[in-house]
Amino acid sequence: MKKILSVCLILMLSIGLLAGCGGDETTNNNEGQAGGTENNAAAIKIGGTGPLTGGAAIYGLAAKQGAEIAVEEINALGGLQFELKYEDDANDAEKAANAYNVVKDWGMQISLGSVTSTPGTATASKNYEDRIFALTPSASSTSVTEGKDNVFQMCFTDPGQGAKSAQYIYEQNLGEKIAIIYKNDEVYSSGIYETFIAEAEKLGLNVVSTTTFTTDSQTDFSVQLGEAKNAGADLVFLPMYYEPASLILTQADSMGYAPKFFGVDGMDGILTLKGFDASLAEGVILLTSFSADAQDDMTVNFVTKYQDKYGETPNQFAAGAYDSIYALYNACTNAGVTADMTAEQINDLMIEQFTTMSFDGLTGTQITWSSDGTVSKDPKGMVIQDGVYVGM
Amino acid sequence: MLFLSYLISGISLGSIYAIIALGYTMVYGIAKMLNFAHGDVIMVGGYICFFACSYYGLHPLVGIVMAMVVCTVLGILIDRFAYKPLRQAPALAVLITAIGMSYFLQNSAQLLWGSGSRVFSSVIGKGSFSFFDGQLTINYLTVVTIVVCIVIMVGLVWFINQTKRGKAMRACSEDKGAAQLMGINVDNTISLTFAIGSALAAIAGVLLCSAYPLLNPTTGMMPGIKAFTAAVFGGIGSIPGALVGGLLLGIIEIFAKAYLSTQFSDAIVFAVLIIVLLVKPTGLLGKKINEKV
Repeated sequence: MKKILSVCLILMLSIGLLAGCGGDETTNNNEGQAGGTENNAAAIKIGGTGPLTGGAAIYGLAAKQGAEIAVEEINALGGLQFELKYEDDANDAEKAANAYNVVKDWGMQISLGSVTSTPGTATASKNYEDRIFALTPSASSTSVTEGKDNVFQMCFTDPGQGAKSAQYIYEQNLGEKIAIIYKNDEVYSSGIYETFIAEAEKLGLNVVSTTTFTTDSQTDFSVQLGEAKNAGADLVFLPMYYEPASLILTQADSMGYAPKFFGVDGMDGILTLKGFDASLAEGVILLTSFSADAQDDMTVNFVTKYQDKYGETPNQFAAGAYDSIYALYNACTNAGVTADMTAEQINDLMIEQFTTMSFDGLTGTQITWSSDGTVSKDPKGMVIQDGVYVGM
Repeated sequence: MLFLSYLISGISLGSIYAIIALGYTMVYGIAKMLNFAHGDVIMVGGYICFFACSYYGLHPLVGIVMAMVVCTVLGILIDRFAYKPLRQAPALAVLITAIGMSYFLQNSAQLLWGSGSRVFSSVIGKGSFSFFDGQLTINYLTVVTIVVCIVIMVGLVWFINQTKRGKAMRACSEDKGAAQLMGINVDNTISLTFAIGSALAAIAGVLLCSAYPLLNPTTGMMPGIKAFTAAVFGGIGSIPGALVGGLLLGIIEIFAKAYLSTQFSDAIVFAVLIIVLLVKPTGLLGKKINEKV
């Protein structure tokens, strides 16, 4: 009996292993350090947390990789040296606090905050308490910066996205009748929805159907889509991350409903979802501040390096993190920051720099920050054509 | 027309719930335990089929058979290692073990296959039947799901009522002690139940992922809980009850979303469940068993 059992177990395990071969290994990469300056005492230590595993791993990994490229470039210049360390927060506020502590113990002098909003809010409070300056590449909720004088954002805020989406639809005359599907148990999605609907009313957009879903019910969208179809909506607004969005696109296709779909920055990543049929995303419009297809030198340089190193096209999270490192670099150079300063000394210099300086990067030019930490930057509308983003 | 199309969505969703609910109800009927790891067996079935079809390019039917084989073995192993040593233990200990097993499976899947979502390509070809000048469309997948559900139900009822093994199952469910005295191997019968339940879970997993094509290690969680609800709704331990419970739950869920509120659809579903249980504590088709002293 025991023999049969052990044979069964071995079989099971080997099947599992074989199956595992098909997957990718990057998701298990829990921590990463970059920069050619291994433990160089003269390097400024920059720490960040982000979802390197879990459902939002596409964002965390992209941000980490984008930041790594910037750090390598800066270190190659020979002047100020940076050392980068990312810890995994799995898109969870509690884990983010622990991950933050790990990088703090490592000796973090400047923080890159978190990549997503929920953990971002948790680590931002810690940044504020510990007086460690933070510039988050992509945590877009207003709760990340609110009431914290030393937390800044590289991305536009959620309310900004909602209003901007409505203006885009209005200005470009994208839809006569608009349906909205949003996730009402997530601050990101409902936050964008609220500002969108307020702006839509102001502009006189015709919203014919508003339906919701939650984490527990994000499988079946036949009713939400059926209602939108029945109301004759020719544009469906989807303020959500790409995972539920991919299900909506698939189900709309199978019921033969083909309106225009309009997403926000959470839609970014849909083309890199494993096994997703990119033809379903054809014609989807999304808001982002970065286009990998732009032809300026800076973008071309970044995209080429990123593709060489990681074998995929960078998204706006990678670009945001790249810009964040450069913004920090500029600020450090201007203020004459050196590696032997304490985090608190750097913090005060950085606040002064960020409220006065202007920055040109991949995600915008003449970027400035207000003292509440938000950035002056406009999202660009992109439309997916033949599997790539095209500006509109 | 919209009503009809919602009804069909509801039946389709309900059919999947019903197939999953069968696993819960059979195990409960015979082993008198709630196998909370059932939902995660569904997820494993989904992954096996996914890898077989997407990575090794096998025919979907081969993928389904492979998923069924792996899940059957997995179900038997779970029973042997996690539940068999606890046969004489209090029900609460078994329940906690089942929850632990569920987490064990989820986390193993995360380690083995990563936590990122994968897009499952449907095992049924795309396309649909069109009625009333295209006003009503029914996917092939929906039709297949409903047919599979009915076939499984009929097959299972036949198996339980007409075969010797089925008779043994019924005997075990009524009185384990007496069944053993009559020469029935109770442990083997329970293993057989787990095997059948897990094979059905594999089918449910493939159908679930074909309909809602996002596969990750927690895919089985919510459908598992909903199907458990369906089993209780229909009367846990009763096979036709699982069918009725699953279908009703699916239809109520879709109708609640369509005609009342998408915000409160789950609250409405569970409110209906509470009302039914208040009126009929054993579920719709559950039998009332009088303890004889």
